[in-house]
Amino acid sequence: MTTTSQKSVLWLALLAALATPTSAWAHLQAGEAGGFLSGVHHPISGWDHVLAMVAVGLWGAQLGAPALWLLPVTFPMVMALGAMMGLLGIPLPGVEIGIALSAMVLGTLVATEKRPPLWVAACIVGFFAIFHGHAHGTELPAGQSGLLYSAGFVMATGCLHGMGIAIGVIHRWSAGRLVLRVAGGFIAAAGVYFLVSGLA
Amino acid sequence: MLKRGSARVGLGRLAIAALLLGLDCPRAEAHLVTTGLGPVYDGVAHLALSPADLALLVVVTLLAAMRGARPGRWLLALLPSAWLAGGVLGLTLPVNPSLDWAIGLAFLLAGGLVAADRNLPLPVVSGLVTILGAFHGFLTGAALTAAPSAGLELTGEWVALIVIVTLVAGLVVSLKAFWARIVVRVVGSWIAATGLLLIGWSFRA
Repeated sequence: MTTTSQKSVLWLALLAALATPTSAWAHLQAGEAGGFLSGVHHPISGWDHVLAMVAVGLWGAQLGAPALWLLPVTFPMVMALGAMMGLLGIPLPGVEIGIALSAMVLGTLVATEKRPPLWVAACIVGFFAIFHGHAHGTELPAGQSGLLYSAGFVMATGCLHGMGIAIGVIHRWSAGRLVLRVAGGFIAAAGVYFLVSGLA
Repeated sequence: MLKRGSARVGLGRLAIAALLLGLDCPRAEAHLVTTGLGPVYDGVAHLALSPADLALLVVVTLLAAMRGARPGRWLLALLPSAWLAGGVLGLTLPVNPSLDWAIGLAFLLAGGLVAADRNLPLPVVSGLVTILGAFHGFLTGAALTAAPSAGLELTGEWVALIVIVTLVAGLVVSLKAFWARIVVRVVGSWIAATGLLLIGWSFRA
């Protein structure tokens, strides 16, 4: 419970803070704020991307170290390679199908709790990251701050993996393991839906 | 335990102190005409508020500091020296090259090495720190040639660089926990991925 004296101190602190104003940084470099926020928004703007990236984190949590951090490091780096291909206009066939398949395959791997060798897991994740990256690269809007857009884009992707890892912590409990497998099944089913929608 | 009366007296004194603090506002020296330090502060603010500059310096610092205290100490000597030499060269040469792809390449190289966490020999780490520091300094100096007090701005950036590099290096060298090292490697991978995107962006049709 806040006492009167505590309230007084808070008011005094507020008064002191107001008495020492800081400069207003009102003039950002053109495109900076928009570029970063657009970059952050892009990976979370579609369920196909979100589910696949969360699935990478879930699978990493199931596999444990070193896959726990290796997979989420592999995905953004290879995804950036795919995005670079998209930016440079290098074509990649079946991008939407690849993205739908990524949700299907990664969801299935989580649902079945498969434990392949580390390099195989990294190759699977890297393979699908190319499709996600290429889709993002071809859709990047012009006129933004390239660096900040890219930073926001990569950070948002990493945070989605982090979310998957955080959820995957429940893997240490038997009930949690079951919930994770069900979540994997849900992601795989969503992948089937994306695939059917893409082919229709 | 303080009595209620003495607590009130204490609060009253605090209120008077806060009032005096509020009344004793310093002059607004927004333009720093009188001191001539404006361009120096511009330089400090520029480095602190430029994500591209900060990211490159941070990743170079991570690269050296992850290898331990000795490379970290070399970093504190080499990076500011190389950066300043590059900056002075950039100021004197009449060119302002657009090298976004090279910045992306530097991100990719340094970030990739941080993510890989390979045990590089000290001469290799020192060489990379020197080359990347000089490159960054050169770009900064070249971008400042049009500024009226370019030398002072460069000095401000240099001072800010020393402070930032020292703090980041000290923090990273002191990291002992396994997970903390993983976090640094993840940051390196993100910077490398950003570098790849920047290369693609700079060659975009």
